[in-house]
Amino acid sequence: MRALALALLLLLSASGAVARVSADAPVNQALVLSGRPAATLTEYRFFRDARAREPNAGVTPYDLNTALFSDDAVKFRYVYTPPGAAARYNADGVFEFPVGAVLIKTFAYPADARAPNDNIRFLETRLLIRQRNGWAAYPYVWNEEGDEARYTPIGADIPVERVNEAGARIALTWRAPNRNQCAGCHMSAGALAPIGPAARNLNRDYPYADGGANQLTRWVERGHLDAAPAGAPRAAEAFNPASGSLEARARAYLDVNCAHCHNPAGPAHTSGLDLRSANADATSLGIFKRPIAAGRASGDMAYSIDPGHPERSILLHRMESLDPGVMMPELGRQSVDARGLALIREWISEMNAPAPGVPPPH
Amino acid sequence: MKLIVAACAALILCAGAAEARTWRIRPGPNAQAQLQTALIEARPGDQVRLAAGRFALTQGLSLAVDRVTIRGEGQDRSILDFSRQNQGAEGLLVTANRVTLRDFAVENARGDAIKARDCDQITFTGIRAEWTRGPHRDNGAYGLYPVNCSNVLIENSIARGASDAGIYVGQSRHIIVRNSLAEANVAGIEIENSFFADVYGNTATRNTAGILVFDLPGVPQMGGHSVRVYENRVFANNTANFAPPGNIVGQVPAGMGVMVMANRNVHVFENEIGEHGTVNIAIVAYPNTIADATYNPLPRDVIIRANRFGRSGFAPAGPFAALAQAGAPLTDIIWDGAETYTAAGRPRTEPVRITMRDNEAQGRAVTFLSLGVPVAGGDMAEAQPNTNAPALSTAREPERVRVQQD
Repeated sequence: MRALALALLLLLSASGAVARVSADAPVNQALVLSGRPAATLTEYRFFRDARAREPNAGVTPYDLNTALFSDDAVKFRYVYTPPGAAARYNADGVFEFPVGAVLIKTFAYPADARAPNDNIRFLETRLLIRQRNGWAAYPYVWNEEGDEARYTPIGADIPVERVNEAGARIALTWRAPNRNQCAGCHMSAGALAPIGPAARNLNRDYPYADGGANQLTRWVERGHLDAAPAGAPRAAEAFNPASGSLEARARAYLDVNCAHCHNPAGPAHTSGLDLRSANADATSLGIFKRPIAAGRASGDMAYSIDPGHPERSILLHRMESLDPGVMMPELGRQSVDARGLALIREWISEMNAPAPGVPPPH
Repeated sequence: MKLIVAACAALILCAGAAEARTWRIRPGPNAQAQLQTALIEARPGDQVRLAAGRFALTQGLSLAVDRVTIRGEGQDRSILDFSRQNQGAEGLLVTANRVTLRDFAVENARGDAIKARDCDQITFTGIRAEWTRGPHRDNGAYGLYPVNCSNVLIENSIARGASDAGIYVGQSRHIIVRNSLAEANVAGIEIENSFFADVYGNTATRNTAGILVFDLPGVPQMGGHSVRVYENRVFANNTANFAPPGNIVGQVPAGMGVMVMANRNVHVFENEIGEHGTVNIAIVAYPNTIADATYNPLPRDVIIRANRFGRSGFAPAGPFAALAQAGAPLTDIIWDGAETYTAAGRPRTEPVRITMRDNEAQGRAVTFLSLGVPVAGGDMAEAQPNTNAPALSTAREPERVRVQQD
């Protein structure tokens, strides 16, 4: 009996079916596809180290041209695709990822924002895993020591102290979202979906360990993506004037910060407001659009966007608020994105005429 | 053999039933986490039971699991108190099918009290949504707020203090709102951009306006139709409008009983409607600029029959005050007179058909006035009040709404 077991074990080892447990073991693909969350992040082996600083083979870091504002938290993003399976490119939306693909995003703060690469504390790591029946979102919350992240579907309040760019000491409670709150942003047409990894957001250079390279090109080289056409779209960087016009940067900002809900298939579809960068319809973009169900969040204003008048635009008013019944986005921030606010204010200020086809306000 | 099969089936059924879990939550310092955990980890078929008492909550709750019942000990006994809410745009958000909310209250949410979005078969029974300081512009917008839902049942519930609408059903289909109380809101009960609604047996009082049937442009579901408002008590809705300006209900004058704006095939019958400073029933076009060519701002096929009217017009508000001062007699039923509108720059004309019959007014004659404003949203200063009734409607009354519940 024992001999048989041993023989079986040897056989399995030879076929590679028994997972190795050494430090350089590959990503635990079986666990990724198990349909259940692991208790700790380490078990997936996305990283070589318990502190999740060193990505494993097949795990590639990436950045976005414009990112969602999250109270100035630093974000570390990685993509993993199973060997031999690549995402399918499309020019307009999020790529179609293969079963077994994982998007990994860690939220963190440096102790002092003036030294952004030192003393970085990890708060939470969110996994989006493409399973056979769709995407699943698994949030992991880091312990204070930063050496273990545990699956925490009901969210967590994490006290944080940090020094911001102005040198001011800030105490805040970081709110790791619960599973429903994840869905509050990641729902599309009734199913969970990623938001960031679309061609326009990924089309940029990244400082890889072996030198800078275009992310789309690198994704193809590393087998994450099936193609990267030369004419791939490229979104502006919201806060880099060299990257695009004011209009392009404002639309890129709204696309990333608002359009995950405010699109025709998103959680805020009932508002009729569509803030995707591809939306060309003035009214659904908010221009002279009256509030539907905003209630007091309208701030006594008549339109989402009143061209030339940021002070009369509900969109700006809600970006500026910290009142839970008024603020937009509804979740994911406890402070105002001063840079985003300035960008949108400037954009609305410089809109001096109604877009063609839009009647003047009543 | 048959017996064995039956026994097996019984066993499976019992086992299935036994799997459904009852989560019991009590007030206390851990209630927020315990309740939200239950709402996340519940499985279809589970009940989440709220003990009697006051649950002090700081964050909005959410439920995304099908076939879950949240049940308290009574709308005055199990109270979810959001007075210290610091996160979440509503008290409770439901985004699942076949959910029942029963016998509890949501107080003082910072935004909406209970929102149900994209749900099929959502039931509110014995629920209370309230802002306890009474009318105030900083209260949340909606008390009970299903939006883009099908098979909506709201019954035996109470909504008080909402700065927009107490009971608000938006962009939904197959709706019953019955035997409920809407009090001290801006709009008591509002059916907006919805299809097939029965609103009956309710009491709407002390609101700015009692019952509104509205249709607005610029949203995914437009063209509201097939709404029956009957056997309701709608009286003394004279509270000054406390909605923040900008919202459509902010334009509603105080002292309004029932108001039909846009929509088609709306039947208002066998209601008691009275003690309204402005008017008992108003039938009007959507007044603002329309960019959407597919939207129709006119009310069409409105049937007003067998209602019992009390006093009205004794303290007119908004544009009606100016009209009254100019000598127009304010009547039980007022129609703005618009049969022409402009959508996306193109003018159109369409007959508005209104049937008024068998209404009574405490022995006096039931009165009607057309404001004679020919164009939707036209200036009230150009009103030419007259008593010319529009063409009669022959629209057939929609069948009783049956809300699927399984």
